[in-house]
Amino acid sequence: MSILVDENTRLLVQGITGGEGSFHTQRCIEYGTKVVAGVTPGKGGSTVFGVPVFNTVEAAVKETGANASIIFVPAPFAADAILEAADAGIPLVVCITEGIPVLDMVMVHRYLKGKPTRLIGPNCPGVISPGKCKVGIMVGEIHMSGKVGVVSRSGTLTYEAVAQLTALGIGQSTCVGIGGDPLPGSTFVDILQLFQQDEGTEAVVLIGEIGGTAEQEAAAFIKEKMTKPVVAFVAGVTAPPGRRMGHAGAIISGSSGRAQDKIAALEAAGATIARSPAEIGVTMKKVLSS
Amino acid sequence: MKVHEYQAKALLAEFGIPVPEGRVASTAGEAKEIAKALGGRTVIKAQVFAGGRGKAGGIKVADSPEEVEKLAGEMLGKRLVTYQTTAEGVPVSRVLVERAVDVRKELYLSIIVDNSSRMPVMMASEAGGVEIEEVARATPEKILKAYIDPAVGFQAFQGRRLAYGMGLEQPQIKAAADLMANLYRLFMAKDCSLAEINPLAVTADGRLLALDAKLNFDDNALFRHRDIEELRDVEQEDPLEVRASDMGIKNYIKLDGNIACIVNGAGLAMAVMDLVTQAGGKPANFLDIGTVNNTERVVNAFKIFAADPEVRAVLVNIFGGMARADVIAQGIVEAKREVDVRVPLVIRLAGTNVEEGKRILNESRIEFIEAVDFYDAARKAVLAAGPAR
Repeated sequence: MSILVDENTRLLVQGITGGEGSFHTQRCIEYGTKVVAGVTPGKGGSTVFGVPVFNTVEAAVKETGANASIIFVPAPFAADAILEAADAGIPLVVCITEGIPVLDMVMVHRYLKGKPTRLIGPNCPGVISPGKCKVGIMVGEIHMSGKVGVVSRSGTLTYEAVAQLTALGIGQSTCVGIGGDPLPGSTFVDILQLFQQDEGTEAVVLIGEIGGTAEQEAAAFIKEKMTKPVVAFVAGVTAPPGRRMGHAGAIISGSSGRAQDKIAALEAAGATIARSPAEIGVTMKKVLSS
Repeated sequence: MKVHEYQAKALLAEFGIPVPEGRVASTAGEAKEIAKALGGRTVIKAQVFAGGRGKAGGIKVADSPEEVEKLAGEMLGKRLVTYQTTAEGVPVSRVLVERAVDVRKELYLSIIVDNSSRMPVMMASEAGGVEIEEVARATPEKILKAYIDPAVGFQAFQGRRLAYGMGLEQPQIKAAADLMANLYRLFMAKDCSLAEINPLAVTADGRLLALDAKLNFDDNALFRHRDIEELRDVEQEDPLEVRASDMGIKNYIKLDGNIACIVNGAGLAMAVMDLVTQAGGKPANFLDIGTVNNTERVVNAFKIFAADPEVRAVLVNIFGGMARADVIAQGIVEAKREVDVRVPLVIRLAGTNVEEGKRILNESRIEFIEAVDFYDAARKAVLAAGPAR
C-alpha cells in the first residue's frame, strides 16, 4: 500500500511542452507512471512523447479521466494553473514550480478551502510510491518499495535520506516532498495523518528545517495521534538568524523557527531524533529492529 | 527585499497614510536647507537597514538648522553599529530630516502573512515604540489580531475592533480604521512580506501619524513591481552577496567560517553546514547552486570564493536530481582553469549522471580530494581547511 499516488494514478502534466515539463514527463513515463494528458494553452492537438496535449485542464480531464496533475508552469502563472486544476475537480495537484509569490498562494489557499483538491507543494520534488508511480522530479532509481513513509520540506536532502534507507535494505511506501515555501498546500500533519491511516506504512521519516512552526505542529500530532514510530531530522542547527536560507520558508525570525526548538518539540513528542543527516538511515534501522 | 524608512514613508503617503513632514538629504548642507524650510524643532534620522538606531546615535533632535547641519555631518559618511548589525556596522549615506511632533501616545500596527491560517493578519497594540517581540513575550494580551479574508479584504468592523482595543478615543476611531484599510491596500498592491508602523503616534492635537515605518517585499513578486525593485540599496548589503546575485547566484549567504560550500538544494545545503560544524569546522557560506544546466554558475561560485580571503577549503556536495553531476563536474574543471583557487578541493558527487561526472573529474587531472558521502566530505574538508579563525 501507499498514499497519494499508485498504479491507479492517471497523470496530467501542466506545462508539458516546456523544457522541464517535457524532460520530467519522459522520466515519469519511464518509471511506469501513466501519463494520460498534457496541457499547454495554444498547443492543444499536439503530442509530447505520445501524450495528447490540450488547451485547457477541463478538456484534458473530460477526454482522459486524469485524476492527478503535476505543474511545471513558470512562477508568474503557476497559481492560475493550480486554480485551473482545482476547478476541473482534480483530486491531487502537485506543484513543482519554485518562486510563486506568497500573496498568490494566499489566494490559492482561500480558493481551495472546502474543495476536495489536495495540493502538494509548491517548490517541491513531488511524490513517489516506489515501484508504482512517480509524480515528481526525484531520481527514481534510488528508491525501493517497502514500508517506511518519508515526508520532507527539502528535495535533495530527501534523496540523501532515501539513498541511506535503500542502502540499508529499508524500502519506502511513499515519499512526499511538501516543499520549502512558507505556505505549503499540504503540511507535515496532513501527510502524517495519511501515513498513520495507511496499512502499508509501518514507520515514518520526517525531515524538517528552520523557519515557521510546521515541525512543532507535527510534534503535537505525533504525540496525540501517531502510533507508528517517527524518525526525525531537522536541518539548520547552525543557520544564522534573520537570513533566508534558500527556501522562502527557511528563516529564523526573532525567537521562532530555530532548529533546536523544533528538535526539542519532536523529541518530547516521542520521535527518535537523527542528530546528523548522515544518520537518518541507521536511526530508522535501529527503530525498526527494536 | 528591504527599503529605507524614507522610501517606506513615501509609499505610505501614496496610500493615504499620514507621515511627518520631511525630506531626505545626502549632505549636511541639504539637511540644513530642509530644516530651514520646515522651521522649528526637527528630527534627524540615519537611513540604514537596521533597527536599534536610537540607542546607537542614529536618531537626534535639533532646535536650529545649524544644529541639524552639525548633527547630519556627524552621521553622514560614517558607519552605524546597532545590535542588529555586524561589528563593522552599515554605512550612512542619507539622513531623513523631519518636523518634530508632540506625541501623546505611541501605538503599534503591522501586517504579515500568518503561516498557520494562511491569511494576512493585522496586528495592533497599545504598546508601541518598542520591539513587538518584547511585547509578545512580556504582555501577549496587549497584541490584538485581525485575520483578513483575502477574498473580501480588510473590513471596517475589524478596524473599529482594533482601534477600540488599542484604547483610542472616539474622534480617532474612524481615522484609525481607515489608516488600517489603507495599510492593507498597500500590503496587497505591492506584495509586501511585512508592513509595520512602529510607532504609530497619536499627536498632542489628536492626529494619527506614522512616525517610523518598515516595509519588506516578497522577492518572488518583484517581477511585477519594477518600481519597488528600483529602490534596492546594494550599499546596505554584503558586497560578496551583491556580487553573487549579479552573477546569477541568488542563494548565497556569506558566513564567517573558512570552508566554502557548493551544494544543490537549500535543505541539503543547510545539512552540509550542520555536518561541517559537527566535524569541528566553520562554513564560509550558505550556497544552494540550484538546478545547474550550464557550467557558468559553478565557475562564478568559485570566483566568489576566490574573493573571500577567509576561505581555506572548498567543499562540493551534489546529489544530482534536476541538477546533473556531469555538468557540475565540467563546471569545476573549468573553474580550476579560469579562477585562481589554491585551496584544497573536496568533492562528493551522487545521483543523476554521477559516473559521467566522476569520469570528467578524473580525466581532467585537476587536484581534488574525493569523498564517498556527505559526512565524509565534511570531515575531509575540515581536515583540509585547518582550524578556523
